[in-house]
Amino acid sequence: MSGRVLVGVKRVIDYAVKIRVKPDHTGVVTDGVKHSMNPFCEIAVEEAVKLKEKKLIKEVVAVSCGPQQSQETIRTALAMGADRGIHVEVSGKDYESLGPLQVSKILAALAKSEEAQLVILGKQAIDDDCNQTGQMTAALLDWPQGTFASEVSLEEGKVKVVREIDGGLETIRINTPAVLTADLRLNTPRYATLPNIMKAKKKKITNVKPADLGVDLTSRLEVLSVDEPPQRQAGIKVETVEDLVSKLKEVGKV
Amino acid sequence: MAVVGPLSRIARLGRNICQNHRLIFNKISQRRGIASCIDPSHGLSDEQKEFQKVAFDFAANEMSPHMAEWDQKEVFPVETMRKAAQLGFGGIYVQPDVGGSGLSRLDTSIIFEALSTGCASTTAYISIHNMCAWMIDTFGNVDQREKFCPDLCSMEKFASYCLTEPGSGSDAASLLTSAQKKGDHYILNGSKAFISGGGDTDVYVVMCRTGGKGPKGISCLVVEKGTPGLSFGKKEKKVGWNSQPTRAVIFEDCAVPVANRLGEEGQGFSIAMKGLNGGRINIASCSLGAAHACVLLARDHLLVRKQFGETLANSQFLQFKLAEMATKLVTSRLLVRDAATALQQNRSDAVTLCSMAKLFATDECFNICNQALQMHGGYGYLKDYAVQQFVRDIRVHQILEGTNEVMRMIISRNLLTES
Repeated sequence: MSGRVLVGVKRVIDYAVKIRVKPDHTGVVTDGVKHSMNPFCEIAVEEAVKLKEKKLIKEVVAVSCGPQQSQETIRTALAMGADRGIHVEVSGKDYESLGPLQVSKILAALAKSEEAQLVILGKQAIDDDCNQTGQMTAALLDWPQGTFASEVSLEEGKVKVVREIDGGLETIRINTPAVLTADLRLNTPRYATLPNIMKAKKKKITNVKPADLGVDLTSRLEVLSVDEPPQRQAGIKVETVEDLVSKLKEVGKV
Repeated sequence: MAVVGPLSRIARLGRNICQNHRLIFNKISQRRGIASCIDPSHGLSDEQKEFQKVAFDFAANEMSPHMAEWDQKEVFPVETMRKAAQLGFGGIYVQPDVGGSGLSRLDTSIIFEALSTGCASTTAYISIHNMCAWMIDTFGNVDQREKFCPDLCSMEKFASYCLTEPGSGSDAASLLTSAQKKGDHYILNGSKAFISGGGDTDVYVVMCRTGGKGPKGISCLVVEKGTPGLSFGKKEKKVGWNSQPTRAVIFEDCAVPVANRLGEEGQGFSIAMKGLNGGRINIASCSLGAAHACVLLARDHLLVRKQFGETLANSQFLQFKLAEMATKLVTSRLLVRDAATALQQNRSDAVTLCSMAKLFATDECFNICNQALQMHGGYGYLKDYAVQQFVRDIRVHQILEGTNEVMRMIISRNLLTES
């Protein structure tokens, strides 16, 4: 096995920012807004770096798809311990319509060309909450998937994954190469240290175009509008349980 | 049934808020609602932004949640500071060969500014510790650097800077602590006042008199805790800076090896002042961070608090006040960062610029924090709200590391002694 792990990192609006919808309702305001690495992607990077520190894998490659600024996100991954980065340049209209389908095609192509043993992604991005990229990537590669991972153990030719599911925890054993997606409790991402940030400057980031990977970026989706959630209405107090039930029936909830 | 009255009043209040919510939303929808004009990452290199991000994350996760407790219980947060040291914050501008991070003064300012948003008092101590580590790194010989710096950079050991005495504050060069040479030791007698970390720290960088009067008679000695003759006064009760203990440091026939002298005899005052140039930028940077945090706290409060039927954010007076606070913050930051760059490059105006930056930033940032407290109204006076702690913590920045009056002396002297 190559001992190489591909980690996808996405640049998203920082979780602490108050989101504003654009006046034309085509999306949210991103200009001048603080961006950072998707928190689940941080957990994915941390897991990959941990595997390398345990000497179970040899190289961690951080990948990001997006405009020039995505390189900042790759640098953060390098500062956390990734060995090198790949920046897949996508900008303008292509970037606006970039979604899980396109990204998974890109990741699948890279996983093949890099001969990755594992692809580790965050379970979902906090901007679109799709929770699709990992699963789609696995399907395109015809690889097994261990999603919502809260524990990962590498074994000879296999990986044991404890998954967080609605009913509790499910443990599966799948063959490598495989795609894993990181859930919240998988680990606590480390802070980059000042020396590592400086070392990261010397690590290499290769630029790649989606066309080079033979990926078609056309979106199958069209965003019709983006709106704020409806204003929260005041509640009403009722006197009896019967009143409550009839009110609920009125509104059609029951 | 006595509870129904207040409950229905709250329900009516709730309805009012919901009805007015639409009104407020329309008025502020034109605003981007993002405090990007005071974003401290503007103009920084990608690498500096990374440093800043780590410092901000550390401040938000490891310091902010404990800031009030550290103040109230007067905790010296050794474990948290050691975590910070693991990230490289123990000797930020100390050279890497002895465990430091080897960064520039500007990088350092950026880092302290970000850390200070989590706890200004703790960050200020970390900056003093850094200053001491740098003094040993820069003026120490090979043995001294190897003996002291690695432990200071990892914060295995903590440091204190000892210049001020009960009888000499602003007139630092008139210090009286004597160091008489006896064989291969100096015998120290005297006391230092207001020493940050005093009693809890391990390494004391002490300015003492080995020669005649005035600055040229002063040398710099490194004194280790546990040396016989070294004792401490009571822990002072302070208005702020409560996450660092402050004590008098007392020398009674305390024998310190000559091998612990940094530089030559008579060089001590110069070493002390050079340390303070950087220290002043660091302290000013701590004030910047506190002011930044307070502007955001004030902004958030203005958006939430309603009086006279609308949020405070709709009051033109408060909007203008907030704008002034933001402008003063950015001005202060620019001056501090330029001073940091000047010091790094050893520019001829570095010393006066550091004094100007310390003077301006500490004064303006205190005013910003104080104004933010005012905007909180009565709530600003409660210890449940962080703004009062920032005010109390950075008030002392106008006094120590050279009072702002001494800063004026340095600046006016530069102008008036030009022929």
